[in-house]
Amino acid sequence: MVTSITKSLQGLTAAVLLSWLFVVPAASAMPAIQHWVTDNGVRVYFVAAPELPMVNINVTFAAGSARDDGHAGLANMTSTLLDMGAAGLSADEIASRAESLGAELATGSARDMAWITLRSLSDAAYLQPALKLLADVINRPDFNEKDFARERERTLVAIRRSEQSPATVAEYTFFSSVYGDHPYAPRPGGTIESVSALQLDRIKAFYKRYYVANNAVFSIIGDLDRKAAGQLVEQVIAQLPAGKRAAALQSVPVLTKAQEQRVYHPSTQTHVRMGAPGMHRGDPDYFALYVGNHVLGGGGLVSRLFEEVREKRGLSYSVNSYFSPMEQNGPYLFSLQTRNDQLDESLLVMRETLQDFVEKGPTKKELIASKKNITGGFPLRIASNSSILDYLTVIGFYDLPLDYLEVFNDRVMAVTRQQIIDAFQRRVSPDTMATIIVGGDS
Amino acid sequence: MRRLLAAGLLLASQLLPAAGVVHEYQLDNGLKLIVKEDHRAPVVISQVWYKVGASYEHDGITGVSHVLEHMMFKGTDAHPAGEFSRIISENGGSENAFTSKDYTAYFQKLEKSRLPISFELEADRMRNLNLQDEEFQKEIKVVMEERRLRTEDKPTALTYEQFGATAFISSSVRIPTIGWMNDLENMQLDDLQRWYERWYAPNNAIVVVVGDVEPDEVFKLAKKYFVSLKPEVIMPPKPRIEPPQKGRRDITVRAPAEVPYTIMGYKAPVLATAGERWEPYALEVLANIMDGGDSSRFTRDLVRGSQVASSAGAGYDLYDRQAGLFLLDGTPAGSHSVAELQEALFRQVRQLQDEPVTEAELSRVKTTVVANAVYELDSAFYQAMKIGQLEAVGLDWRLADEYVERINAVTAAQVQAVAKKYLVEEALTVARLDPLPMETGRQPSANSSGGAHGH
Repeated sequence: MVTSITKSLQGLTAAVLLSWLFVVPAASAMPAIQHWVTDNGVRVYFVAAPELPMVNINVTFAAGSARDDGHAGLANMTSTLLDMGAAGLSADEIASRAESLGAELATGSARDMAWITLRSLSDAAYLQPALKLLADVINRPDFNEKDFARERERTLVAIRRSEQSPATVAEYTFFSSVYGDHPYAPRPGGTIESVSALQLDRIKAFYKRYYVANNAVFSIIGDLDRKAAGQLVEQVIAQLPAGKRAAALQSVPVLTKAQEQRVYHPSTQTHVRMGAPGMHRGDPDYFALYVGNHVLGGGGLVSRLFEEVREKRGLSYSVNSYFSPMEQNGPYLFSLQTRNDQLDESLLVMRETLQDFVEKGPTKKELIASKKNITGGFPLRIASNSSILDYLTVIGFYDLPLDYLEVFNDRVMAVTRQQIIDAFQRRVSPDTMATIIVGGDS
Repeated sequence: MRRLLAAGLLLASQLLPAAGVVHEYQLDNGLKLIVKEDHRAPVVISQVWYKVGASYEHDGITGVSHVLEHMMFKGTDAHPAGEFSRIISENGGSENAFTSKDYTAYFQKLEKSRLPISFELEADRMRNLNLQDEEFQKEIKVVMEERRLRTEDKPTALTYEQFGATAFISSSVRIPTIGWMNDLENMQLDDLQRWYERWYAPNNAIVVVVGDVEPDEVFKLAKKYFVSLKPEVIMPPKPRIEPPQKGRRDITVRAPAEVPYTIMGYKAPVLATAGERWEPYALEVLANIMDGGDSSRFTRDLVRGSQVASSAGAGYDLYDRQAGLFLLDGTPAGSHSVAELQEALFRQVRQLQDEPVTEAELSRVKTTVVANAVYELDSAFYQAMKIGQLEAVGLDWRLADEYVERINAVTAAQVQAVAKKYLVEEALTVARLDPLPMETGRQPSANSSGGAHGH
């Protein structure tokens, strides 16, 4: 199946924007996304970008830590080991071959997904051997005992180092507190205990189950045409067994009571993380919540939280709130950090700001300003190949409509004050949030 | 390999000029404007660079450049506090600023037709900043929070700061950009006022624009907004050249931490100070042989080979304004000590002094540099950064275009020569982080409840 979509943003809600000093010009640079599914089931998303002689690839699998199934760190270790030995090549050989081609080959994972990325020059003399490496890493990882032992040791050091950071401790405690028994709760990298207990057999089984064609999304942007892209994809994943797509994750229970956890840390600042499960990709309230939060805490140097906490009172260097939409409801998270003895005041200001917003929503003026920022900044979000690749990945991985980017500004402009108030009152409950406080004595 | 490299060079030399035509202009008041065309997307990056940063400062007012950067968002008569950011935001822009040892820079990313808005606002705050005590009293608190966040509570950053102040006795390279806490506590509005008047002038600034623009149109716009600004008499900072080091220096930093860490540095020249032009490029290649990706020597030999390191790195910046350091750092693997890791790093240094690097290693570094020159074109912001950084330290932006060529001219003998000449114990400073117990733990509070989940 090949779907090719090319429209333009022409006529973008011009009436609403007439009051601007400058009217948004017709964006000519909307990427034309081509989508197809390979014979073995890989969903492919492709944009031709002939301007620069390079190719960016991201192959994702629904193989994040949400699939760890009680063995925290399993998905992360599986992903880490992919390029530490494959098709008989050692980690040194893989790295040395890639870098001798000027290619950037990397693996990574988070809660929902695991990925393998490649950036290469598009000249066949570079691209072809780089693709061979990518195919080896995806299809033929060796999972050697020696590499596993070493990477497990390095992961343990990384876990201990993360304990030094009050921000990281606060984030982990937040997830564990908000998500309880849900698979989003554990640390994606695992704990000292869980990583020490990992077994190579389990890693191999995890790989076999989740690194399969029906569980994969292949995103490409670069200096090649549709035909070449088709060949490229086959070259990399034709041998991947079809397998089965990972089952949908269980939905996230809402919090029913406020909870507060304090963790002592020998730091001069106290880090606060406050929030609850928020929304998921493709959520019907996505645009109302996204635009509303832009006013409240998502607008960079201009937001209510920034104004109240930093500009008016100088309490924190960074203060913000954001939704992280995931396969299931990702967190709605409020963050700040302040000198230990200013904790109470900071917390009070943050809570009052949230409470007021949930009750009254944004002012008309604020809503217009946020819409102008979001829609006026749209060209910036698709200005580079790497940012378009990120969009392709999100669209593909979360089954978002292919015209997601094209209708994005219209959807933002359509959000009303009342919709924001309604969505926040239904979905955001300041009285049943978790508050995590990590810091030292005042 | 050689064939590939040759193809890459051809590719880069064919591609780079076409992808980025750079135009340079100067206004009568001394303001420099550099415009690079990038027509891939209808956007524009606008940056204003001032030649001032922590290395221009002196004891007692450290951090003043950075605090002033914060205050630049606090209003002029024409645009009161907060308005700058509101206007940029309503125009779909994102903006921020950054301060380093050698420069302070302000930037906006905008849809291309909004460039006049950036110019109007930046021209206004270049000469008309309205420094008020009420705003200053709040903002200095924010900067102290930033220092706590970035340095006080980060054991490795704390170690680095003490290390830098030990490696240099006289050179202002020793000054931390964020400033010492006590200097922040005693900073006065008047310190900022004088700093602003001394350095914020068109003849001490460079405007860099990269994007989907016509250079002559940008020049016209620049004239319109900036030309009326009065220049200042700029007294360049005194050289403050570091006296020769007379032997290895060692320090220990004891701080709450979970894992030990070491950082070591050898005094090394930069492009602006090097007697031999090739030397900084050879040092750059040397750093890449040690730590330029997963196939570099440190990862291959120390992380994967002997497994003495959990991580290990090397760093060198040839574009600094003053002579600096060639850095090595790392964290030992679980069963190894900092001393063992340091010894392993020294062995790596000795090996690079005793034997020339292999052709394959050299070739890898060079190919990576060519490929990166292509990848960098995917970011208009990065292209603007490179131009601004060079110009702000008094180097020519054209050096960025020379980089690939210069690196490709470096030989194995030259890499060995700089390793022998500069990585010597007399010029070495070593710091180790000695972890103190963290004593972390939970303090359940009164209204805490365990699993408050439901549907």
